[in-house]
Order: sequence, then C-alpha cells, then structure tokens
Amino acid sequence: MTTLDNAPVTGGAVIGPSMEPVGQRTHRILSRVPTGVLWLIVVLWTVPSFGLLVTSLRSEADQISGGWWQAFTDPSFTLENYDKALFSPPGGTLPFSDSFINSFAIAIPGTIIPIAIACAAAYAFAWMDFRGRHWLFIGVLAMMAVPVQMSLVPLQQLYSGGAHLTLGGSTFILIPDMDLNNKPIAVWLAHTAFGLPLAIYLLHNYIAGLPRDVFEAARIDGANHFGIFWRIVLPLAKPAIAAFAIFQFLWVWNDYLISLIFLSQNRDASPLTIQLVNLVTSRGQGTELLPAAAFISMVVPLIIFFSLQRYFVRGLLAGSVKG
Amino acid sequence: MAQVTLDNVNKVYDNGYHAVHDLDLDVQDGEFLVLVGPSGCGKSTALRMVAGLESISDGKLTIGDRVMNDVHPKDRDIAFVFQNYALYPHMTVRDNIGFALKLRKTPKAEITTRVEEAARLLELTELLDIKPGQLSGGQRQRVAMGRAIVRRPQVFLMDEPLSNLDAKLRVQMRAEISRLQHDLGVTTLYVTHDQIEAMTMGDRVAVMSKGQLQQVDTPQNLYDRPDNLYVATFIGSPQMNLLMGTLALDGTPHLTVGRHRLDIPPSVVAARPALRGYDGRELVVGIRPESLEDAGLDSDPGGVRSIEAIVELREGLGSEVVAHARFEGTAPRVEAAQRDPDATLTGEAGVELVARLDPRTTVKVDEAARFTVDVENLHLFDQETTLAIRD
Repeated sequence: MTTLDNAPVTGGAVIGPSMEPVGQRTHRILSRVPTGVLWLIVVLWTVPSFGLLVTSLRSEADQISGGWWQAFTDPSFTLENYDKALFSPPGGTLPFSDSFINSFAIAIPGTIIPIAIACAAAYAFAWMDFRGRHWLFIGVLAMMAVPVQMSLVPLQQLYSGGAHLTLGGSTFILIPDMDLNNKPIAVWLAHTAFGLPLAIYLLHNYIAGLPRDVFEAARIDGANHFGIFWRIVLPLAKPAIAAFAIFQFLWVWNDYLISLIFLSQNRDASPLTIQLVNLVTSRGQGTELLPAAAFISMVVPLIIFFSLQRYFVRGLLAGSVKG
Repeated sequence: MAQVTLDNVNKVYDNGYHAVHDLDLDVQDGEFLVLVGPSGCGKSTALRMVAGLESISDGKLTIGDRVMNDVHPKDRDIAFVFQNYALYPHMTVRDNIGFALKLRKTPKAEITTRVEEAARLLELTELLDIKPGQLSGGQRQRVAMGRAIVRRPQVFLMDEPLSNLDAKLRVQMRAEISRLQHDLGVTTLYVTHDQIEAMTMGDRVAVMSKGQLQQVDTPQNLYDRPDNLYVATFIGSPQMNLLMGTLALDGTPHLTVGRHRLDIPPSVVAARPALRGYDGRELVVGIRPESLEDAGLDSDPGGVRSIEAIVELREGLGSEVVAHARFEGTAPRVEAAQRDPDATLTGEAGVELVARLDPRTTVKVDEAARFTVDVENLHLFDQETTLAIRD
C-alpha cells in the first residue's frame, strides 16, 4: 500500500492508501463471504457436539439444574457418567464396554466381507470378458435404488424360515431355514448386501481406470486372472478400497435400523446404537448417562475421520480423474 | 531361440474392421525384424497377435515348431516391451524385473542372480530398490527391457518402445537395443512408425500399409529396390521425387519428362526386361534426392541426362545442401491418390523436386538451375498398379 504514495498522479485523481476503486473493494468483501458462511456452518454444527461433551462431564444434579453453558460460570466436571455408562448402567442395559466390543464385532466383518466380494466383482466387471457382463453390471447398479426398508421384512422371513416353493402338492426348499435371526451373522449379511452395489460401483470405476498395458504385461509375465487381481489390482486399488472401507465402516458402526430388526432380541450381541436407545427408555432412569454414552459411541468415528481424512478426499476423487 | 512364422494371418475386429490382411511374415531365428508403417496400418495389431494379446481371426502363427494360435500369452515364451513401458507402479525395479520369474516359481536365489545380471547389463543396479514413479523416461525404458531379457524368452516383441523418449535418448537407446539384441541373439519383432529406426535397427524391414504387407527386405534393398510406389516414398528422407515420364525404346532409349529428355543407359533397360512392354507409354519415374546433382559440378556432355528447375528453397546442412526446386512436369496422379484420395494434383503446374547437392553447389533461390540425373539409379513404376517395373 505504501508504494502507492510514490505513484505518479494521473488525470488529477489522487489515489491514497485508504482509497481503492469501489469495484475492487466490493470484490474483496464479497470474496470473503463464502469463507464467512463456512465458518458460520462450522460453528452451528460444532456447538451442539461441544455442548454434548460438556454435559457428559457434568454430574446428574448439575445437568438438571441448568444448561451446559453454566459450566463456564460454575465449572465442575466429573467422569462419573462415563464410569457408570461403561461398567454399570441401570436397568437391563448391557454395559457400554461390552456393546462397544459388539459394535466392533459387527462393523469389522460388515466392512471386510462386502469389500472382499466387491473387489473381486469390480475386477471381473472391469477386466473379464463374459457374456451378459454389461447387463449384469447395470443390474447391480440398479440395486442401489432399492430402499433398505423395503427389503427388511422379506429378509427377516428368509432368515427365520428359508424360502419354499409349493407346486401342485409338493414343496421345494429353495433356501433352507438357517435360523439366522438375532445372530451377528444376520447383521453382517444384511450390511454386506446393502453395501455391495455402491462398493462394486466405486471400485469398478477405479479398477477400470487402471492402464490396460499393465494388465497385458502381467498376462505375458505369466499371471492368470487371480494373479493379476491379487498382485496388481489389489495393491493399485488401495486408495479406493481405503475410501470405501471408511464409509462402510462408519455406516455400519452408526447403523441402528438393521441391528434393531435382526439383533435387538439378543442383548449380549447388540451394538452401541441399540443400547443407547435402551438407556433412555428404561423408566427415565439413566438419562444423565446419555451424553456420556453418546460420546463413547462417537469416539471411533471421530478417530477414524481425523486419522484417515486424507483418504476421504483423495479416495472418492480417485477414478473420476486419472492421475 | 526360435523362428516366428505368420502364415496368411488376418485380423477382423468384431465391428467388422479388417485390420490385417493375409499377412505372411517369417522372422528367422535370431533375426531383428522391424515392422514399420504409418499409424493405423495394422503393425501393432500384428505384433499383438503374435503376443497373444489379440486373437487371430484367420491364418496360422507358429513360434519354433509350435502352432500358437490358441496358446495363452504366458505359454508362448515371449517377452513384450510396451510403448508406455507398462511397469507395475507399486513394485520396486527389482520386483518389476523379477515378477515373471516369481510367477514361474523360480527359486529366490536364482531370481536374485538373474535380476542383478539383467540390471548390470542395463546399468540399473543402483536403481533396483526404487519404484518406477521416481525414474526418468529413459530409466523406465531400461526397466521395461530388463523385464523382457530376464525371462530369456524365445522371442522379443517390442511395440514402439522408443517413441516416448526425447530425440537424443532415442538415438542412444536405439544403439543399445540393437547391441543387446545382437549379444543375446534373441529373435526380435520390433514395431515402429519411424523409418529411421527401422532402417538403422532392422536386419530386415517389413513395410505395412492399410493392413497389407508391402515389402520385406534388408534396409538397403528396400531403399535400392522398392517393390512399389508406397515403399519407394515411405523409405528414405527426404522422399523420393516422383514425376510422370514417357518411355521411348527405339534408337537410344530415353524418357521424356516435361520438356526434357533423359537418355537411359542400355544396362538399365537390360536389367528390367518388363520395360519392353512400356515402349511409348507413360510411367512413373522415381528419382532419389541424392540422384540429382548440380550440373555445374557433374559434367553432362550433350545435356542428355539433365533437367532444369527453378530453385525455391535452399537449406544448407554443412555436409550437403538440400534444394527444393519447381520442375515443369506432371506429378503422378496415382501417387497423390495413394496418399490422399481427395487430392487432385492433375491441374497443378509442376512438381516439387528435392535434391541433395554437394555443398559446393552454386544454385540460388529464385533462379533456374540445371540438375544432372543419375540415370543408372532411376526407379520406374507402372502408374496403374503402382508396382515397380522390373522383370
């Protein structure tokens, strides 16, 4: 700005350090608007979470007497809520230390199984020639349009009764009754089924974008389809796999509906989300534990998000823009 | 080591495009054969059929004594070098080179020795433990070569392996690949669109155009005795000059080109018995640029083998002077049509001749100059069939 003082005066107009053309000033102010709006959104979305954190650290009496912001004027914090929620919740609620492990027992297979299947399927759709490949792929993608809610009841019937076809007088068993309801595998399979179409779609886009030459070189070097898949495709598709894994894991971890339908009768196997709801409904008791319990269930998603955030950005762009 | 034979091989794609027509090609054991042609001429398709990356629509492919039409690429005992190198980006140079051996369950110790031997040969030893992403173009090219030689295959197949390198490196790698091939003695089929690469590297060169094989011969024979107009114009830079001429065999045999008369030595006629049938007819006369010389430097008593043309451009290269000159003659229609079906050169006044002259030449731009023609080395073609007139 100071250099303007020494600028030659032209056309009789003096342009001082504090006077810039109106157009430039407007542009400067307007260009800050998006950033301002973003900050506003960040604050709006963070405040409730922050309030939840503060509340979870206040005693039952403090929680009843006033809102979380009173902690600023009268700071007194305790970990008692966390202790109770984790190890001795009231009523019939499973301790959160246990349901925390249950959540992992659901989310880890619920992530690995669909990815394993989707990788193989995506490779096949992208690089193997077989009859009907195109229409089969479209069929898989069309599955993304099926709402989860619509398939819950049929799926539960399938789990508990199998599938039968009665023709004339005789009944054929298409799928035997495997009595899967209220077992963790019921939830794994459901998450696998609902996660697969998107997984296949994302991984297919990425894998199909890998250079053809590399596959041909591997074929000449002596690799069969499995060799190419295992030694070339999987290592190269890591960013896409990581991105989808994060999404699938978070989705399964935060899922309530599927666990409620297929697993809620089995208290010892039920995940955090189910137990979180049970906490409130037990005759008003334990409401003070809710913020702490909610935070326990949020810990894993937060850790995953912050530690792997670069994959969120990179992984989903990958495939759309060739590197 | 093995011989590669393509017997009447055809490639027709599913969409009906006929990429390769009745290709007959024989690569001798240990030979370096270059397949050259413009892009889209089917040369890469032919190579990929030998590799097994494309199916063979019709015909027979043998490597050694074995018919390979339906053999999987990995069982053909070939190595392929790709234009883009196709290195495995997630593996180190060592793993890239050793990948094929690893898949063949070669003992680890042997893989190590063979990879290191290949690396030494290609001066890659220091780069063995880094990944391809950190290598320069030339180094990647070497890794691709290393991947091919470590296998000790019967046949090397190379698809324009030098086209992604800069000019200087290309010349260097050209020599290096030739030396390597010579030392290893592996039968090699090499595809390129660059006729200089073809001429300098190949023991023999096969010229292809529009899916058809035009001619296979040693580089010198292709240059000296092109079978047809296509090969005549494709091989050699600057291109062979082409003009229409009328042959007269009574008395002193001579050609009339434009206003000029070129006497032909009897030996030229004798060497081409088929020329008898062209007495009094028009044919296409081909003159290599070096067959034209400044008449002031090359005496032509009687002026029976020289032509006059207006110099339009003079490029001094030190060792020689390349002169572009407009000659009042007729360009062959057939040749123009071959290059571009829509071209109508009929009405054009004159032919542009390119001459490589001795640097002492005195020709000046915008002035008429006399050029003597080396009539011993004329090329004569039938204007209908475009074939060379010989026997």
